[in-house]
Amino acid sequence: MYRYDEYDQAIVDARVAEFRDQVERRLKNEISEEAFKPLRLMNGLYLQLHAYMLRVAIPYGTVDSRQMRMLAHIARRYDRGYGHFTTRQNIQYNWMKLEEMPDLLADLASVEMHAFQTSGNCIRNISSDQFAAAAADEIADPRPYAELLRQWSTLHPEFSFLPRKFKIAVTGSTIDRAAIKLHDIGLELVQNDAGEIGLKVLVGGGMGRTPMLGHVIRKYLPVADYLSYMEAILRVYNRHGRRDNIYKARIKILVNDLGAAEFARQVEEEWALVKPLGLDPPPSELARIAAHFAPPVLDANAPVEIDQSNPDFANWVTVNTHPHKAPGYAIVTISLKAPGEIPGDASADQMDIIADLAQRYAGDEIRVTHAQNLVLPHVRRADLFDLWQVLVSAGLATANLDRASDIISCPGLDYCTLANARSIPIAQKLAVKLAPQEADLGELKIKVSGCINGCGHHHAGHIGILGVDRKGEENYQLLLGGSGAEDATLAKILGPGFDENGIVAAVEKVIDRYKTLRADPAERFLDTYRRVGAEPFKEAVYG
Amino acid sequence: MPRLLTGNRLETGDVLWWAGSDWSLHLRDAVAVDDEGEALIARQLPQERINDLVLIDVDATPDGWRPRSTRERVRAVGPSVRPDFALPSLPVDAI
Amino acid sequence: MAEVYRLRSDPEHTAPALPLAEYQSGGTAVRLEAGDDARLLVPHLGTLRRIDIAFPKFREGRGYSSARILREAGFTGEIRAVGVLYVDQLMFLTRAGFDAVLPETPIDPAVAERTLARFPNVYMKAADSLQPIWALREQSNA
Repeated sequence: MYRYDEYDQAIVDARVAEFRDQVERRLKNEISEEAFKPLRLMNGLYLQLHAYMLRVAIPYGTVDSRQMRMLAHIARRYDRGYGHFTTRQNIQYNWMKLEEMPDLLADLASVEMHAFQTSGNCIRNISSDQFAAAAADEIADPRPYAELLRQWSTLHPEFSFLPRKFKIAVTGSTIDRAAIKLHDIGLELVQNDAGEIGLKVLVGGGMGRTPMLGHVIRKYLPVADYLSYMEAILRVYNRHGRRDNIYKARIKILVNDLGAAEFARQVEEEWALVKPLGLDPPPSELARIAAHFAPPVLDANAPVEIDQSNPDFANWVTVNTHPHKAPGYAIVTISLKAPGEIPGDASADQMDIIADLAQRYAGDEIRVTHAQNLVLPHVRRADLFDLWQVLVSAGLATANLDRASDIISCPGLDYCTLANARSIPIAQKLAVKLAPQEADLGELKIKVSGCINGCGHHHAGHIGILGVDRKGEENYQLLLGGSGAEDATLAKILGPGFDENGIVAAVEKVIDRYKTLRADPAERFLDTYRRVGAEPFKEAVYG
Repeated sequence: MPRLLTGNRLETGDVLWWAGSDWSLHLRDAVAVDDEGEALIARQLPQERINDLVLIDVDATPDGWRPRSTRERVRAVGPSVRPDFALPSLPVDAI
Repeated sequence: MAEVYRLRSDPEHTAPALPLAEYQSGGTAVRLEAGDDARLLVPHLGTLRRIDIAFPKFREGRGYSSARILREAGFTGEIRAVGVLYVDQLMFLTRAGFDAVLPETPIDPAVAERTLARFPNVYMKAADSLQPIWALREQSNA
């Protein structure tokens, strides 16, 4: 994976010194909160309901064991012994003190990590496919392309005060695990007729208040033009995106208002002007970055067949591992969704254990997924049993990947000042109720958000739940039929909302009806819904 | 309806309740500010030491203050999903 | 308004800046509002000596694009950022092409100096003369 050189390190170190200076000036009242708040937000520091919350960037969701141990250290030293992995592949700490932030950021910088641009109206952490470099279905590792973007977007002088936040995802596979149609910019590596890698560019996707799917504005962008073209997109958005209404300020609104074709035309026009300015690095820079991402040396003779006589182990292998591009290896997903626990939370001790496992078994890499789980990307199948036993003892062997109890949930009103309703308790109750029958239900993605901003991706849920405030009471809307994958669709509201117990009962009714409607046991809930439509489910819930 | 003054301490982010002459970490120490609330905020603001100053509506109950909104009950107690961190002013299930 | 913080050594051009709508060919100072199209000034860059760009609120960011567009078109006169701006934004402003700031709250020159010297290098090319890190890497490998 990527390692900093002296230039990268110097920038992160300077950022720590800058924030130390800014915090000192704030604590001495040399600057007002009004002037300081945007500065702390640009370092990922929010003031939430109980304390400050720090969002640490995990670029394209990749960390090594040394970094994971530092995340555990931070949880112990500065927080209450745990952290929350987020739907954008980052980690959040909930009990931060402003006065300790400079030391914390210095600790992070010591392992090549930071909190740059994890909030604010700027280009946020670049997200990617959690199976990068391991999946058999990719044409190339997307992370070098994401790292190039990370560097280009870090402290960008023109694009640090955009109309609104800006999220970019990159994938190297047609199987979309990065939700590229639901990002401000989605990038997919593609090959031209000559076999050269370029980028398919989608713009204007997003969830939140006005969910939309992105539009392809360029089918093939040569890598040599990558950054200048991004510059052109961002400039068109920075100049013409709406600033009069915060709810209409995302690029999707601009693309929708202009039409994708007109937006693309304006980008091309701007690109013609900026391309000659020399904004694109030479191919050697991408090659330099890509060399860092060379996968570990894999044993071509690693055995494929393994003893699966232990039924719990065999079930975990079936549910939580994916085929690796090398036959004797597997991609392991560690579920952070034990039913009844808080989705995405991991204790410092668990983080240390996962760091040890990554070092011992997985080429020293860990990935964070947008579904709030962790991935060990390169595990010899012959090591799976030993690894699983360690996971069992750490409470990390829940075999529920992409099943009913693998629920995405934002922090909601238990932590977040934007939230209108609690989301974690809903996820907990549903997971406990549904876990006993989830093997029968197959793939079922339930996603819970505590407000319209949609950090819980409710619009991309096969079953989505949105918490709202109804006359001072927590109320929950039920949405069906969403997907964030390559078959992306936006979930639609089924009908009137429910209270906390009502929403759990409603989801159970939907699932009971699905079981009677599915064409065969292998038909997913999403496919049944797409085939039969909303009506039978409406009737089941409200009828 | 009684009103309380609350905010978060700049240095630590701690949730604070106005207790008459100083701030307290505990809702149970809060005193109703009622009509003086706006004046208190006007006095505190220029000092720039407490963030997100706001007056909230509460009910007086035999067990003490009960904020009207879920959000303020969560602020007074802590995350409902982490009862191990709960502050003592309200029972967690009162959220 | 506080004093102008200038990073130019030439004498200040003090002519009043006219709004874009009132600007006429030959004028030496003009003021762009945040939403004005900077490219309309391109034919006049030879005679203009100062262009003020308004930042009515902290969240406003269009001026950064306006300044860069003017520098990309070859403007060498003063570009002055005017409005709700803080010392901590100086690096963004100067890299986008501004060389003077008229903020609402005064800029402490000592803090400004620290801020401008803070980052030893930059990742991307912009309106200043700094070389991006990728170019420095390229040179050190050559």
